[in-house]
Amino acid sequence: MKKTLVLLFLSVLFLGAKAQSDLPNVTLKNLDGETINITELNNDGKPFVMTFWATWCGPCVKEHNALSEVYQDWQDETGVKIFAVSIDDSRSTPRIKPFVEGKGWEFDVLLDVNKDLARAMNVSNPPHTFLFDGNGKMVHQHAGYFEGAEDELYEEILKLVK
Amino acid sequence: MKRFLLSAALFLCSTGLFAQSINESQVNGSFQIDGQYYKVDEAIGITEESIDGKKFGLNGFGKINYSLGNFTAGLRYEAYLPQMSGFDTRLQGCGIANYYASYDNGTISVTIGDIYDQFGNGFIFRTYEEWALGFDNSLRGMRVIYRPAAGVTLKGVYGKQRFFWNSYGATEKRGIVRGIDGEWDLNQSFNAMNDTKFRASLGGSFVSKYQKNTNTTYNIPENVGAFDGRINLGYGRFAFTTEYAYKINDPSAFNNYTYNEGQAILSSLSYSQKGFGVILQVKRVDNMSFKSDYQGVKNDLDINFIPPINYTHTHSLPAIYSYATQPLGEMAMQLQVNYTIPKNTIIGGKYGTKLTLDFSQVNDIKRNYIIAEGQGQPTHIAGHNGTLGYTSPFFAVGDRKFFHDFNIELERRLNKKWKLIAQYINLYYDMETIENHPGAEVVKANIGFVDVSYRITSKQSIRFELQHLWDNINKNNTTEASTVGHEDVYKKRGNWAAALVEYSIAPKWFVSVADKYNYGNPIADNRDHYYTASVGYIKESTRITLTGGRQSEGMVCVGGVCRVVPASSGVSISITTSF
Repeated sequence: MKKTLVLLFLSVLFLGAKAQSDLPNVTLKNLDGETINITELNNDGKPFVMTFWATWCGPCVKEHNALSEVYQDWQDETGVKIFAVSIDDSRSTPRIKPFVEGKGWEFDVLLDVNKDLARAMNVSNPPHTFLFDGNGKMVHQHAGYFEGAEDELYEEILKLVK
Repeated sequence: MKRFLLSAALFLCSTGLFAQSINESQVNGSFQIDGQYYKVDEAIGITEESIDGKKFGLNGFGKINYSLGNFTAGLRYEAYLPQMSGFDTRLQGCGIANYYASYDNGTISVTIGDIYDQFGNGFIFRTYEEWALGFDNSLRGMRVIYRPAAGVTLKGVYGKQRFFWNSYGATEKRGIVRGIDGEWDLNQSFNAMNDTKFRASLGGSFVSKYQKNTNTTYNIPENVGAFDGRINLGYGRFAFTTEYAYKINDPSAFNNYTYNEGQAILSSLSYSQKGFGVILQVKRVDNMSFKSDYQGVKNDLDINFIPPINYTHTHSLPAIYSYATQPLGEMAMQLQVNYTIPKNTIIGGKYGTKLTLDFSQVNDIKRNYIIAEGQGQPTHIAGHNGTLGYTSPFFAVGDRKFFHDFNIELERRLNKKWKLIAQYINLYYDMETIENHPGAEVVKANIGFVDVSYRITSKQSIRFELQHLWDNINKNNTTEASTVGHEDVYKKRGNWAAALVEYSIAPKWFVSVADKYNYGNPIADNRDHYYTASVGYIKESTRITLTGGRQSEGMVCVGGVCRVVPASSGVSISITTSF
């Protein structure tokens, strides 16, 4: 009985449902303490990138340093915006702002203190990078970071602005 | 479960949107499988007995979320068949560990099922899940969030916490947790404030647990309440935050059944501008273990989370001696400076240089033990059982130092091809307290670390990592005699050297080989190599990693991601994917 119910329930729901590409309904804070609903994230019709990172994650810091070096050029050429979602918990939350500023990063930083957004977007381990088109539909994602991976991301961004 | 699914289905249908909107609905989910084949490796303490016939370990989960407009629901299936080595044996088993259904229209949000949330920093309430550690203290029950006006959030939670696979039934085994929390961002309420440089928000919460007292020796309070208040202030580039929590007397196995009240405070002051950031944090924790079972030990059924304020090292050698908060009491401070030396300067070079300087120290709180006539000094740090334990002046720092960490890190791109990260770390680690090893000597270590990467082509690069740890123990203590009976405290002592080479083809492939060598261990038999080879493939959200060799316990960052791994020998595979 239990199994039948489960199957019935799941099949009704998932028939016709499509894989998630929309932004999930999660509310986070930014570095100024303002609450932001993720469904409202946008870049005035231009593509935007969402990266998951943490201050303690070496590859993430490398990735954001690399993105930081090219961010100005990317913005000039495509108008892309980067939302850097920190999954640091309260061990390091107050340190994020001086950390980000000290590194000279100019991304829009969001604080996912209890990993609500990471869970909703199925991020298992940082870094994890998503690309959204101008309508807020997710079009590309990539887990992990190696030197040069930002070039692939930029190719994907260019595809969206052509 | 049955009732939950039925009500969720009914709820969906009753919205009336069901038929029309089924095409608008979305599904997402993820899977992770970590499997390991174990090999006997007596040199590092893995014997036929410790494997116990369990040649394979497998941890896996699959989760699925469904959303339709304001409605979301999901479940997570977990399997530990059996759990991998290093994970709690109580995890063994499989089943649907977590499910929830939630409705959120922006003003009101209701969730039933298993809840992850935290109030403020988590001083009196935090439920979370850490797959790599096998930790999950989610609250099964209900949560309501109400946002009556811009900037105001009110929250209520009620339920019982997950404890491995134990049934949620019997009250005496696990208490009920209920809490309320309010947060008010003044800037979002008063638009006039946004013309000033001033920012302010306030918050407060109350959490109570109820557990039936089954103890015949002690009169255990069945209701334990905890309060929390917090303020965040900002003025231009300055930010100040402080949070204070108080808990009424809560005798438990963890605090040796002492009747002290608990307190915690964490304050931080920071200044940041582009290229420069500095933060100072101070913390005091006194008897703040808060569990929904008074008999719980270690991390069992923690309701709260007291954050450690130390630099989180992820490289393998400094991670050997990571600090963990002592909920029974500590005074801690941290100072961190981040500075980017501008590019095109003599010191900064063509690309600029990033510097991080970090100092943190943790001492015990001052404890004046309450000792009745005829009693000696207590053996437990919390004092004699059945008493108030001790008195402690609020601002006094205890004499016993638990930990310090001074480190300086430099990151610099040398040219288009070469990149360098270098770090020096000085550690003080009170092993006796932190690892609960009576008689263990304090670790005083210096660590040097270099990470060099070279970009061969636009996609291919090679990375070298060299680390060395100098341990004070070689100078003071090398006699075999003094180690008799204390073998376990010498397991990772002495000098270490480590090296790693990683070759990657961005963004998909990597191969790495690494070795860690405890060549300076005072016990000759412990001078072990921990060598590993890994190969990995990443495409979009799918990551497959195959690793062979010996793993020592600790945090490992290879293949672009970081996770915590237990000690083992053999071959392991990890597959992660999401859709």
